[in-house]
Amino acid sequence: MSNPTKIRASAANGITEVRALMQHEMETGRRKDESGNLVPAWYITDIKVQHNGRTVLEGQFGTSVSKNPFLVFRFKGGTAGDKLAISWADNRGEKRSDEVAIS
Amino acid sequence: MKVQVRNTVDMERRRALKASGGLGLLGLFAVLGLMPTSALAGVDRKVFEAKSLSEAFKAMGGLAPADSNLINLDVPETAENGAMVPVIVECKFPRTEQIAILVDKNPTALVENWTIAEGTEGYISTRIKMAQTSTVIALVKADGKFYKAVKEVKVTAGGC
Repeated sequence: MSNPTKIRASAANGITEVRALMQHEMETGRRKDESGNLVPAWYITDIKVQHNGRTVLEGQFGTSVSKNPFLVFRFKGGTAGDKLAISWADNRGEKRSDEVAIS
Repeated sequence: MKVQVRNTVDMERRRALKASGGLGLLGLFAVLGLMPTSALAGVDRKVFEAKSLSEAFKAMGGLAPADSNLINLDVPETAENGAMVPVIVECKFPRTEQIAILVDKNPTALVENWTIAEGTEGYISTRIKMAQTSTVIALVKADGKFYKAVKEVKVTAGGC
């Protein structure tokens, strides 16, 4: 079971800034565990950010994104109370979507 | 009865031909870097397997992006922890469509690829893993053209 993405979205002067921390191990598939066995690759492959249902940003990840991927970006528009949703899918087929209200 | 059997065999053969033909064409497109990437929101997943910068650019359709001072690539000169290197890409083009971050000497070069919607700023702040000292490249598509900014990051402890 995955943990929720921590999201903070705040609107000021017609711009919304989104700060997010997705909670994911982001295993490259090249790391060895204590007994010397390769830990299989396990990482987020796709990210989508939506503002009131409209896609504002889409991303694709490889294996070299840091553990618990961090993201800051900005888009025009957005007012307090609007919905901001971040969803991701990983290479194991797991999916998660989290939503906050813009402050 | 015989005819029926032959029909079934024929159908199977056709199906097999169709399948292999389809795969062959896809494979050929991938080799030629002609995957219909521009029509899609992102790059073909195959680009994430490219081992070097030149291979990645080739897989993205033979890119030869020009350096641009409209891209500000903000990375540390030295990273003590290669597992968490902060990267900020800020673009000043009228319309930034795509931002990709690549590391030349990582096991696979392409780290992230972002599709920037209309109305979203050409700005991404993120954290990446670096295996060793390498150049970091911000590849940006703006107004239908590709541009890049390049900086070196010295890594004291690799994180791949």
